[in-house]
Amino acid sequence: MLLLGTLLHAKQISRSPFELAIAMIVPIVQATLAVYLFRSGAEQHRLLEAAVGAGVMGVWSSVLFGSGGAIQNQRWQGTLEMIMLAPRRPVLVILPITVATGVTGAYSLLATLAWGRLLYGIRLDFVHPAAFVVAAVVCVLALGMFGLLLASTFVLLRNANALANTLEYPIWLVSGMLVPITVLPAWTAPIAAVLPTTWGARALREATTGGPVWPSVGICLAISLVCLILGGFALTYVERRARATATLALA
Amino acid sequence: MGSEYAIEADQLRRTYRGRSGWLRPRRTEVEAVRGISFTVPRGELFGLLGPNGAGKTTTIKMLNTLLIPTSGTARVGGHDVVGQTREVRRRIGYVFGGDRGLYERLSGLDNLRYFAELYGVPPRAQKRRIAELLELVSLTGRERERVEGYSRGMRQRLHIARGLLHSPEVLFLDEPSIGVDPVAARELRRTVADLAANGTTVLLTTHYMAEADELCDRIAVIADGRIQALGTPAELRRRADGRRVVEVEAYGVPETAVSALRDLPGVRETAIEERGALQLLTVQSDAHVDVQGEILRELAGVRLGRVNSREPTLEDAYVAIVNAA
Repeated sequence: MLLLGTLLHAKQISRSPFELAIAMIVPIVQATLAVYLFRSGAEQHRLLEAAVGAGVMGVWSSVLFGSGGAIQNQRWQGTLEMIMLAPRRPVLVILPITVATGVTGAYSLLATLAWGRLLYGIRLDFVHPAAFVVAAVVCVLALGMFGLLLASTFVLLRNANALANTLEYPIWLVSGMLVPITVLPAWTAPIAAVLPTTWGARALREATTGGPVWPSVGICLAISLVCLILGGFALTYVERRARATATLALA
Repeated sequence: MGSEYAIEADQLRRTYRGRSGWLRPRRTEVEAVRGISFTVPRGELFGLLGPNGAGKTTTIKMLNTLLIPTSGTARVGGHDVVGQTREVRRRIGYVFGGDRGLYERLSGLDNLRYFAELYGVPPRAQKRRIAELLELVSLTGRERERVEGYSRGMRQRLHIARGLLHSPEVLFLDEPSIGVDPVAARELRRTVADLAANGTTVLLTTHYMAEADELCDRIAVIADGRIQALGTPAELRRRADGRRVVEVEAYGVPETAVSALRDLPGVRETAIEERGALQLLTVQSDAHVDVQGEILRELAGVRLGRVNSREPTLEDAYVAIVNAA
């Protein structure tokens, strides 16, 4: 059920003209940003690493806005009541949606690499190509689980959209997607350590440039599982509250 | 099922609480359902009839677990709708009117596949079940098209197929024929009647009297959050026994004339239905009093069309019940 649900939700999301335009245009901006940032730092050899980092930014943006608004989107479509009526735990109903936002975010990762190759001639020489694929899959799944926590908590907030906007750039920065964590102030380190985005980005970077990929992959998955459990409890509470306050439907 | 009743509602109440304003928040309370009790035996086709805002949808949503009652209890298939949610959900299907509630950018088939998984239809049975339902709702051949290209009637039929995927014991139909053309509505009624004939318990809400009259074994008329009358269509129709109905087609009936008609001796109900420029004035009176002459006198100066005197129908009984609420 999780697999079919994820595939069909990814299909539904990726057929939106708006999502398609975002998936096509934003990666060009991200690839350009990455390339010029690193060229100006005279670090030509790190262009691929920069492109991968920029691609992960795309996955994060997709999960943040897609998962953060997942429940609200279902409500607007009028499908929330129908999916919550299923005789399943709420976590099993919502997880495919949030993982699907990660899957569609993976378009950005691929497109950023493709644009980087086409426009800027970045060579796709991964040190561990197989590990890169595994890390990318884990990163998408992990962000989907993190997205479940976002989905269940954002729905409780009146101004979730405003919060999503303010979270986008700080998480990029703190997770070290574009600039190394080591150049950031020391107080950001504990925040970075508990974010699955940090470990996902790190695993992909290590697979790209060389390094111990699997510990980062493992930590990324472990943190995401904690998010999944917390999100699961939060969703059960949210569902009960929505039934009490009559907020499953729009009307 | 365990219980002889498919649905049991006991003193169900639901109050909606809202808050508006920021600096000076104002709290509002609306009592949508005010103590509703009824039972539906297995296999019965039970209708909930009432005007907009009467509490029909709220009642259905409490019974199908989407809303928690403010007070009172309800059981479906012997399971409590608050405490045994998953047990209830396994046994019910829910179809509502309108064209929302589907994944627009997916095909009809993808929608059905997704909900079949979600509602726990065994993987081996899915293909056959979906094919059966597509046939039942006449969507065979169109199932691979995206829902965004479907007409309203097709969407409604897809809603019904989705509601039946897991062969529910109890089917909640909330105004399923709203916005559906007459031919599709007739098909829909046939499908609902077949389901009931095959043992599915159906709880149907509708505005359409003919639909309720044709389909329902029993009808509860709800108004103002309470059940005002409950019985078979024939029993409800008898509420208007001893009455006569005069219908007058008119153009531009003044409110003063309607008030005057209401005060005529023997007149029990008056109603005006707007049909474009035409107004259909319906006056119910005691059968032994001939009010037609009086009505025409009161409407002197008003342009009139056809005037007709007839026996009361279920709709007249319904109007009488709702107006008395």
